[in-house]
Amino acid sequence: MSYSDALAIQLETAAERKLGLGTDHLFFVEHPHVITIGRNGHNENLLASEEVLARSGVELHHSDRGGDVTYHGPGQIVAYPVMDLREWKRDVGAFVRAIEQTLIDTLADYGIFARRIAKLTGVWVGDDDHAAKIAAIGVHLSRWVSTHGWALNVTTDLKYFQYIVPCGLSKPVTSMAACGCPVDAQAVKSTLAKYFAANFDFELRAAEPALTGDLK
Amino acid sequence: MTDVVMPQMGESIVEGTLTKWLKKPGDAVERDEPLFEISTDKVDTEIPSPASGVLSEVLAQEGATVQVNSVVARISDGAAAPAPAAPVAAPAPAPVVVEAPPPAPVAPPPPPPAPVMEAALEPEGPLSPLVRKIARENNVDLGKVAGTGAGGRITKEDVLAYVASASAPAPVATPVYAAPAPIAAPAPVAAPAGPIPGAAAPTAKTRIEKMSTMRSKIAEHMVHSMNTSVHVTTVHKVDMTKVAKMRAKHKDAFAAQYGMSLTFLPFVARATVEALRQFPIFNASIEGPNIIFHNEINLGIAVALENGLIVPVISAADEKNVVGLQKSIVDLAARARARQLKPNEVQGGTFSITNFGSFGSIFATPIINQPQVAILGVGAVEKLPVIIDDAIAIRSVAHLALTFDHRLIDGALADQFTQKVKQILENWSEEVL
Repeated sequence: MSYSDALAIQLETAAERKLGLGTDHLFFVEHPHVITIGRNGHNENLLASEEVLARSGVELHHSDRGGDVTYHGPGQIVAYPVMDLREWKRDVGAFVRAIEQTLIDTLADYGIFARRIAKLTGVWVGDDDHAAKIAAIGVHLSRWVSTHGWALNVTTDLKYFQYIVPCGLSKPVTSMAACGCPVDAQAVKSTLAKYFAANFDFELRAAEPALTGDLK
Repeated sequence: MTDVVMPQMGESIVEGTLTKWLKKPGDAVERDEPLFEISTDKVDTEIPSPASGVLSEVLAQEGATVQVNSVVARISDGAAAPAPAAPVAAPAPAPVVVEAPPPAPVAPPPPPPAPVMEAALEPEGPLSPLVRKIARENNVDLGKVAGTGAGGRITKEDVLAYVASASAPAPVATPVYAAPAPIAAPAPVAAPAGPIPGAAAPTAKTRIEKMSTMRSKIAEHMVHSMNTSVHVTTVHKVDMTKVAKMRAKHKDAFAAQYGMSLTFLPFVARATVEALRQFPIFNASIEGPNIIFHNEINLGIAVALENGLIVPVISAADEKNVVGLQKSIVDLAARARARQLKPNEVQGGTFSITNFGSFGSIFATPIINQPQVAILGVGAVEKLPVIIDDAIAIRSVAHLALTFDHRLIDGALADQFTQKVKQILENWSEEVL
């Protein structure tokens, strides 16, 4: 699903949530090659010109999420929790920590020991000197309703990250496959959903057919 | 006039970065309309305006780090009095931390009312028309100007010097009304809440800060425990050399396999669990006239947080080996620091361990975590010269401090319990791992 289509669905759901309607949603998508620049993004962290990107079939989007520049593409599970945090903990820090924990728990199930690094958002593998980012996090809040979310590299072709300085950090990126765990993205999604529910104290329920149909 | 404050975005969040103003000074805003954006921890949040009116003052620039509850802007309701040009100390306790240049001159406020003080405040004695003119143009209260001319008369130089000295400290957009506050009105600085910058207020000798919720709860628990249990602490010296060797041997393999380091704590926890099995009274609580023996061993592990502490619980600790205990400790500590513990993970403890040794303490006298009846404090493991069979040897030594509730447990029993822990640690064998 294209980045802009996914964004439209998020915004529609978020608008409902802001009005106090609907329920919280967790959307899973996979995007075609796209580079997005967050609200705090710096163009110098984009290393290729728009023409070069266009020639490589990579779209470019300016986005209102937090964070700097990031890349999305095939083999990457992108998750968008659209939640009203007023009905949860009303706590931005706890929200990000819970997302991180969801990823850490999920990766642990696949034998990958991932962790947080103080002051850096995202989820990392390896010791401090060789830390590589396996999942990126960038969230936008409007009236306590969240949009955007995280991107977990499963079998992502990491060469596309050469076009950017991910999140403005000069640290390498990695994927589950690169960590020696070439897994099926569909299976990872259910594991993610399971730990998301556990960490957020949610009950898992499949989305209404209308929405899932859209997301295929 | 409505203050716009940096909102509370979460328990652990004390500040954020103001990333973008969505309105400019002078713009009209509607209540609830997005006014500015802040970034905390990679989360960008639009903050809606708390009131309708005109954005009259912006006190924090884009890129500035702003403390929670500090005033970042003021919204006037249009017809209200003009905004004071000189920044007045915000009433909120937390100061606005501005990393960017200081607040830029605010868009000119509606012109203040024309000065009306000439007649009323004129000093006695003759004044030259020139002096009057300069005073009027500069909005100077001549009653405040000291005259140096003949018979105390105010001269042109006196007025100009006064204007020059008065206008210096208060930069204002419109020069005509330069620094009206200090000159024109004798007591115009009405902000009663905060100190006025530049005023010769005496430096405060104290600072008042409300305790965090966590701090208040800790205080309550500590007092409650001291009022409930009769605390006695007994300290035993333990030779940790065998455990140290065991740990050194498995450290690298453990780190490679589990991605975390192997510390002394899970060994002590394991030994404690064994001792608790043999001395169930230490795994009990008191309820009225009854002793409640707990059949499960749920081990509380004290975790120091930035501004407090919490004691998450390893449930069924007796079913775990050293590896399992280490994993639980690391996991609980990490989630405690990330404030991700679930309520059931801090409840139901039957005995606690506190590892002050990790901060270098040799021994301390811990306070019992109610309704438990004992707590084991683990001191630092250090290499010491020890006499064994009249020879001096270098051994790894730690002090174990057991605080017990003397209502239920007597000293002899407490020492037997601690000796049991000591014995297991000193005779560690591979099987226990």
